Amino acid sequence: MSEIALVNNPNVGIDHTKKSGPYVNELTTLNLGPTHPATHGIFQNILTMDGETIIDAEQTVGYIHRAFEKIAERRPLYQITTLTDRMNYCSAPINNMGWHMTVEKLLGIEVPKRAQYMRVILMELARIADHIICNSVLAVDTGALTGFLYVFQWREFIYEIYEELCGARLTTNMGRFGGMERDFSPVAIEKINKVLAELPKALKEFEGLVMRNRIFMDRTQNVGGISGERALNYGFTGPNLRAAGIDYDVRVMNPYSSYEDFDFEVPVGTKGDTYDRFMVRQEEMWQSLRIIDQAMKNLPEGPYHADAPHYYLPDKTDVYKNMEALIYHFKIIMGEIDAPVGEVYHSVEGGNGELGFYLVSDGGRSPYRLKFRRPCFIYYQAFPEMIKGTTLSDAIVTMSSMNVIAGELDT
Amino acid sequence: MENMNQQIVEDLQKHFGEHSIYGIGESHGILQVTVGVDTIVPLMHYLYQHASFKFQFLTDLAGIHFPEAKGQELGVVYHLHSLENNVRLWIKAYAPIENPVFPTITGLYATANWMEREAFDFYGIIFDGHPNLTRILNVDEMDYHPLRKEYPLEDATRHDKIDELFGR
Amino acid sequence: MSNSSVQVVEAPPGIEGQGFFATSLDHLVGMARSNSLWPLPFATSCCGIEFMATMASHYDISRFGSERMSFSARQADVLMVMGTIAKKMAPVVKQVYLQMAEPRWVLSVGACASSGGIFDTYSVLQGIDRVIPVDVYVPGCPPRPEQILEGFMQIQELAKNESTRRRHTPEYKELLASYGIE
Repeated sequence: MSEIALVNNPNVGIDHTKKSGPYVNELTTLNLGPTHPATHGIFQNILTMDGETIIDAEQTVGYIHRAFEKIAERRPLYQITTLTDRMNYCSAPINNMGWHMTVEKLLGIEVPKRAQYMRVILMELARIADHIICNSVLAVDTGALTGFLYVFQWREFIYEIYEELCGARLTTNMGRFGGMERDFSPVAIEKINKVLAELPKALKEFEGLVMRNRIFMDRTQNVGGISGERALNYGFTGPNLRAAGIDYDVRVMNPYSSYEDFDFEVPVGTKGDTYDRFMVRQEEMWQSLRIIDQAMKNLPEGPYHADAPHYYLPDKTDVYKNMEALIYHFKIIMGEIDAPVGEVYHSVEGGNGELGFYLVSDGGRSPYRLKFRRPCFIYYQAFPEMIKGTTLSDAIVTMSSMNVIAGELDT
Repeated sequence: MENMNQQIVEDLQKHFGEHSIYGIGESHGILQVTVGVDTIVPLMHYLYQHASFKFQFLTDLAGIHFPEAKGQELGVVYHLHSLENNVRLWIKAYAPIENPVFPTITGLYATANWMEREAFDFYGIIFDGHPNLTRILNVDEMDYHPLRKEYPLEDATRHDKIDELFGR
Repeated sequence: MSNSSVQVVEAPPGIEGQGFFATSLDHLVGMARSNSLWPLPFATSCCGIEFMATMASHYDISRFGSERMSFSARQADVLMVMGTIAKKMAPVVKQVYLQMAEPRWVLSVGACASSGGIFDTYSVLQGIDRVIPVDVYVPGCPPRPEQILEGFMQIQELAKNESTRRRHTPEYKELLASYGIE
């Protein structure tokens, strides 16, 4: 009676030391379970909460474990590209190109300049597509559905560009060892120029809705922050690390595929909170547009694939007329060509960070061991530390801004 | 980068002795060294605190299984990266399959937590001192370590996709 | 009225008169159900991104009545399973299916949900029809949004033509019993 009056009295704080009575303070366990509208992908967080504040989080992943690394030990090298598509499926071309570059390093194939520039254009388009999803879905998680609908139109348009080049929308399997499978058609070039001309307007529209919006800023600033040193210790890479203040970008530090020819900036944040991650990704989209612009203007003439008959399928007209081409075609498709013995590690700057491929080859046609260094798997470990002491809605927004993609998390 | 690799090898061999740092090689520009299981933690600490090398980023930790190498079947490859000098280093260590115990490096790199759990899940490599060495990607009830070479890729209990139909 | 290009949907068979239209309850209920299916998007991997494209303005699934994505199983009509279901996830799918109230339909989107897809491995469930009964399968890896919409339209056909007594028939109960569902 009098206890209830005390507890309901706003002038009196709740006594946390009380061990009996009707309002004992207990910790709740909340299952932010594998299927949840706000988790983009399936992973489970069991939160221990004191009211609305999160005390601890226990994570369970592996709900979409598809054993890519074991499958890779069975398949010939060119069939593994279809597996890499399905890791970070929001930006599949980056994974494909990264894998091709790894194998080219092992095989010692030199890719011609035109193919390198084409790869850069496609990787930057994929990066824009990935950041479009992450930022617009972050806005959706705070309640702003309109931005998602506006920019998703542009993701559809980027899909059309992929279709011109490889036939598929999402899981692209784009490119081959030594270059690309076909040159840019005039339709593809026209579409890329259209992206360069009109995407800025859509991005500005999206920014106008969300970037300086009072509600969005209140929801995302000072939420889910991590310091630069902790981020490095946790192995963060990519936009999450750059938002915490460390400017590590694989394109700048270990340039691949002619990235050193392009002039672009790497945006870096200060506090490592959700707003910084959003801003870093937004700015990276602008920088990607800048890179595509330079690449399109300076696209060199020349072959779009290397002269590597052992690994690159010959032209079909040659196969019907030329004996050598027929034999190479047969050997490549039937998998009779062995890879050299060796180990190689190559990493590219994926949408989420340093996507690495560690390939150990024993001279057979399949890898002996292939390990994918997946950025999502590595930085998702830090999630409990980032949300301790915040509320549940902050945890949702933090998870959204980290861009955890389940396919990459679990391989 | 080559003289940096050479410098690293000389420095490590001077500090730890030539018998601890063996299997020196270079693979497409990346230096690799093989060490014994006991040298891993001191070596990592040394490289972390070194005044000029500064290997303070653990890029990856991969398990590997060589069934033919008797006494050294299960191995771990640590990929280190020095962001300030832009140099990468691979540290390899092997242990016998009867007793695949490695020391944990979660005290030094927080990122090694899940990486070591993944190596345990796939290969059964035990990391001594790990805070929570349980399966991470596979179901908890699984009783074998699937990425070892003796186990097949397909599910052993499936009954519709039999090997005869698939020409195996 | 005269040269309007609007296509009017055919009314169900019935008797029409001044101010009334008499039809059978099955037709009426079927029409109402099929045009207001609320899906539960159980998106796990790449097919989930194609579903996001289907939900977005270009392909717009809300034209078909599913404006509101229900993430609560109790309020959902269609369970759209999109993406690979691993063996770790199979109990979760079954639990979500059990939480749905009748009438419920299941749409299995993508090769992985239909049959395990390209992943013939120890950790992937080779098709969700090993744990729950499925009504429509949409093949593809990933299927285009048009294909997902076609699958959804087939669910609408099923909903429209279903008898209101179907869920109480012994055949249906036998189907559920074969999956271990009461």
